[in-house]
Amino acid sequence: MSKIGIVFDRLRLEEKMLEKQAMELGHDTTMIDAKITYFNTDSQKNDFDFGDVVLERCISYFRGLHFTACLEFLGVPVINKFDVANNCGDKLIMSLLLKKNNVPTPKTYFSFSADAAKENLEKVGYPLVLKPIIGSWGRGVMPLKDKDTAEAMFELRELSDGPHDRIFYLQELVKRPPRDIRVITVGDRAISAMYRKSSGGFKTNIALGAEPELCEITKDIEDVCAKASQAVGGGILGVDLMEDEKNGLVVHEVNNTVEFKGLAKVSKRNIPKEMVEYALNSARK
Amino acid sequence: MNCPECDASLNIPDDASVGEIVSCPDCGADFEISKKDGTKVELKQAETVGEDWGE
Repeated sequence: MSKIGIVFDRLRLEEKMLEKQAMELGHDTTMIDAKITYFNTDSQKNDFDFGDVVLERCISYFRGLHFTACLEFLGVPVINKFDVANNCGDKLIMSLLLKKNNVPTPKTYFSFSADAAKENLEKVGYPLVLKPIIGSWGRGVMPLKDKDTAEAMFELRELSDGPHDRIFYLQELVKRPPRDIRVITVGDRAISAMYRKSSGGFKTNIALGAEPELCEITKDIEDVCAKASQAVGGGILGVDLMEDEKNGLVVHEVNNTVEFKGLAKVSKRNIPKEMVEYALNSARK
Repeated sequence: MNCPECDASLNIPDDASVGEIVSCPDCGADFEISKKDGTKVELKQAETVGEDWGE
């Protein structure tokens, strides 16, 4: 019998599903609230009970990332690894890795001041999609269709002046059907997929009300997802694809702590079971 | 148990766990279950959505 630790900062249905699945497989579980856990530079693995492997499931990206760093410092195996979380958490780094590893991805422009971003837009032309490099659920994602919108958005960035507001990530607006595809990969293997249909607007995030619908995993989806997963370092991931009219499937995002409660309801596969088994097998290697 | 914000009655399921969020049906405030010992439940103000929240 093995013991699996599940680190959370908000206990959602996903974390409860993972706990239940691990218990049904005959394993022990330990639920760890990251908000009330503390480490120091002299901490030892034996000071804690994290189990044989930890699934890091924090809703806050930075909390999860730094918690993972502490776990790895102690020598506790974590899914996903720090490097994977770091690669996925920053869209700029993720785009570079996808491109470098020959994963089809939308053309993306990077600049490091509002002036340079404006100059770039004037050269490339409208529309481009402005995305914050950190963040999720479609927050702050906006198609810039004209100069007025772009200038208003850049001005807002200057006013908020967060450390990431100085990084401008502008992506081509991909011509596609009004949907995208979310694929869950476990150990570079696509195990389940769904279409996320736009509820009328430009975004297709489930968190914003997009309608989920089961998607058959084709050979193309399988191949592109395996490459995307390998590009960021593997583990348990959510790969987002668009069906580009010109270039076929393109990967626009790879997510680290993938949400799956919607897909789990319709999927033929037992998603939490695959995740738990993968985590335990990884720890045994 | 009553809502610490507006005193409305909160419905906390018996199988709720520490770390789960309960919302007040009247005022909409969110609370996190911080301790649970049998039927005795302690709540704290839930964190609000952060810029880095998500997948």
